[in-house]
Amino acid sequence: MWLTMTLLGAGGFAASGLIGMVGNRRRNWGHWLSVLVAVLAALCGLTAAMAILLGAPVESLAGPGPAPVMTTNLRLDPLAAFFLVPIFLIGGLCSLYGIGYWKQSHHPRTGRKLRFWYGILISSMAMITLSNNGICFLFAWELMAISTFFLIATEDFKPDSRQAAWVYLAAAHISTLLLFAFFALLRMASGSFLLRPLSPEQAGMGLQTALFLLALGAFGVKAGMVPLHFWLPEAHANAPSHVSATLSGTTIKMGIFGLLRVLPLLPARPLGWGILVMTLGALSAFLGVLWAIGQHDLKKLLAYHSVENIGIILLGLGLALIGEAKHQPIWIILGMAGCLLHVWNHGLFKSLLFLSAGSVIHAAGTRKIDRLGGLAQSMPLTSNLFLLGAIAICGLPPLNGFVSELFIYVGLLRTMTVLPILALAAGVLAMVGALAAACFTKVCGAVFLGTARTKLRRVREAGPAFWLPMMILAGGCLLIGMAPTLVATPLNRTTSAWAHRGLPALVALTPLTALTIMNLSLAAVLLVAFLLRRFLARQARTQPTWNCGYAGSSSRMQYTASSLAQMLLGTLRPLLRMRRREPRLSGLFAGPGQFHSHVDDPVLKNVLEPGWRRLRSVLANGRVFQRGNVQSYLFYMLLMLLFLLLITLPLGALWKILF
Amino acid sequence: MNTLISIAFQILLLVLLPPLLPGVINKTKAWFAGRVGPPLFQTYYDLLRLMRKGVVLSSTTTWVFSAAPLISLASVLLAGLLVPLGPTAAPVHFTGDLILFAYLLALGRFFTILAALDTGSSFEGMGAARELTFASFSEPALFLALLVLVKLSGTLSLSTMLAPATHVAIDSTAAAALVLTAFGLFVVLLAETSRLPIDDPNTHLELTMIHEVLVLDNSGPLLAAQIYGSAVKLLVLGALLLHVLLPLNQGWIWENWAMTIPGLLAVAGVIGVVESIMARLQLRLVPTLLVAACLLNGFGFLLLLR
Repeated sequence: MWLTMTLLGAGGFAASGLIGMVGNRRRNWGHWLSVLVAVLAALCGLTAAMAILLGAPVESLAGPGPAPVMTTNLRLDPLAAFFLVPIFLIGGLCSLYGIGYWKQSHHPRTGRKLRFWYGILISSMAMITLSNNGICFLFAWELMAISTFFLIATEDFKPDSRQAAWVYLAAAHISTLLLFAFFALLRMASGSFLLRPLSPEQAGMGLQTALFLLALGAFGVKAGMVPLHFWLPEAHANAPSHVSATLSGTTIKMGIFGLLRVLPLLPARPLGWGILVMTLGALSAFLGVLWAIGQHDLKKLLAYHSVENIGIILLGLGLALIGEAKHQPIWIILGMAGCLLHVWNHGLFKSLLFLSAGSVIHAAGTRKIDRLGGLAQSMPLTSNLFLLGAIAICGLPPLNGFVSELFIYVGLLRTMTVLPILALAAGVLAMVGALAAACFTKVCGAVFLGTARTKLRRVREAGPAFWLPMMILAGGCLLIGMAPTLVATPLNRTTSAWAHRGLPALVALTPLTALTIMNLSLAAVLLVAFLLRRFLARQARTQPTWNCGYAGSSSRMQYTASSLAQMLLGTLRPLLRMRRREPRLSGLFAGPGQFHSHVDDPVLKNVLEPGWRRLRSVLANGRVFQRGNVQSYLFYMLLMLLFLLLITLPLGALWKILF
Repeated sequence: MNTLISIAFQILLLVLLPPLLPGVINKTKAWFAGRVGPPLFQTYYDLLRLMRKGVVLSSTTTWVFSAAPLISLASVLLAGLLVPLGPTAAPVHFTGDLILFAYLLALGRFFTILAALDTGSSFEGMGAARELTFASFSEPALFLALLVLVKLSGTLSLSTMLAPATHVAIDSTAAAALVLTAFGLFVVLLAETSRLPIDDPNTHLELTMIHEVLVLDNSGPLLAAQIYGSAVKLLVLGALLLHVLLPLNQGWIWENWAMTIPGLLAVAGVIGVVESIMARLQLRLVPTLLVAACLLNGFGFLLLLR
């Protein structure tokens, strides 16, 4: 029954996409109907997923596939349900947000296309989680890749969007190609496309390592793991904000889901795999946040933080894998609990941040951080919601980010007695936390606090279609932060099902009760502080800011986001590639000058682009074959057919005939 | 009963003692300079005076500005509840509380920096930039120091890590690691509480300030909350350092209690000596010092890995 409801949810999203296609270009009724269907589908799917997480038995379904040799195998297990929760929740909420953000009447050209592909995207992601068969998985995976491509290219009249979409498409197909290889190898080893654990006799260590590396590559591209993240920042920055929220909140998590789905299929778990995953995680977390600090574009900055958070998730996963290798159930449960809970948490706060960034962009009309400022005065609600998301993403108490990071920290510290070197990853995590806090103080300060830097058009607080989804996401952040015991059951169930063994209860290993009490009391203390502030502020006198006696201060004298980050980036310069354009000053009274700095993505700018250019110049030699007339292509086909005929001939017999 | 008394005593200590520490530092500095110096209890007088005053708020600010001093005070006080101030366990202790401790300090800092940016002043922006740069290095340093303590004690709670009931045999390797950690922690303490050679609390030029300029626009009770908050931070981090330096779990319980307060005052005295004999570091060299603290703690940890 729950599987049927989930399918109904997935189908509902696809239907909402189709409904979104019909309707007048200039009227909104088609849009509203589509959103209504999407929200109902989301509720339906959420109920089913929650039921499985809270203890309903696993359900599966087998049926005929689209072609004679294929079958459809679906399975709703706790892991699928765990990932279905953010898919349906965030999918539904972002669809709702679209009512205000991408109104059909304001976007006659792109609105219907956007809704269609959006519905397909959510639906295909739900199908990925349910697939228990390589063919189904690949089919849904490719559908997700294509729909994401069209969503990134929603505004295909903008060169930036087109460019981002193409880079994404290339990356997505690298991922699909690797997956083809993966499933072909798996089929070769096991004799079926079903996702069933291999037995050690079926696959040797070499084959298993090949499978592992293929999976890590394919799913790493999707997840945005360093150094395969190169497509992510531009793609997330150029999509419409509610699409960015979905992409960041759920789609990149499908990479993590894929890894979690296929890893239990491989019986061997050498220590090296776990260490590789953990190293890549630490690298992603650290470099992601470092690159984020240097960004000047609000959405691109948030996108780099997705790289960081994927890194944190991979740290947890790596710890769980090492736990498997070293037979340490405590590491498995803590690592996996941190990994999984961070998937939920990142979904909640990153979508919240992208949606509030969307409200800012909608109101102010720019994504450039250094052009914004002082928006807390005109958009207090959006500003407070963004601040809440920022506290959560920095992993600060009392919100949800802290809980999942605490699991990972405690897990890493628990390795102290057996493999203490792993605990150094806790140091990396601490630095990442401090850098994330630095980055978000920069963003909150520059965008929402202080005074406006440029004359923007009249900025107004966004309407209920904007803030209602954000409020629900913020409520989720608060709930998991204040009552972490609530998530213990789903986490335990998913982790035990994933590891195929009984694991110690999470409640016994982590201070969930103490954490609940501390977080609640911290929240209470903060509330008291807030009330006290109101009391003080009511009696306060108001004066301009003290500027050392200089009264003619203007908003241009404020610290900008760039100057705020400059000292930190300067200190870390050996690790970054920063482009700076400095003004050339001459004469006694120098004229106006401009300073510009930019942190490039080294993977894209220094490796892929030059590499691609070189490859293209090599391949240009093959251009002689591209004559452009049909005859020559027919000739090539003839040659190819002849070649194929030749290789089917038994060569020994041929030799005898000829000589 | 004993635990109740101990908890009550620790809370009293946490609330009442902090303003004395800046007094001790200033007295030490005055003694070095051959001055009489301000009275030992000057910070208490300052706090009382500020509490009676009104508040002036900048017209550009939002709720963040006026809530930040209170939030950072609240978070540092809560962090203080996790650190054992004497030979017995802290008022609040559980597995993994060291992480909450570090993140509570980070929460306070987060709001202090935001409040500075809320004023829209370039001076406070400078302070914010400096604070967030230094914090990015001092936080991993603190964590690495905690790692050493976790490795030594084999437990994940500040109370069991730092003092009571741990009968860890301190051999020479452990002692070497602890000495390195103590140095690292001392640098973290100086950075987190904005003392020389990282920040000069007595500087009078906004351009050169770090912590002082962050709170430049605060007045009245809000300024009092800031001053009191940084004094509490000094006490809490001082207690952490004291536990690393002095194993307070020997002998008779009252003797240990009697050692606690003089020990904390001695830490303040040492800070005073450092402030008297050292010049301020160049701003761009501060991260180097903090990285050195990270490395010291990291070496301490590596020593224990043998």
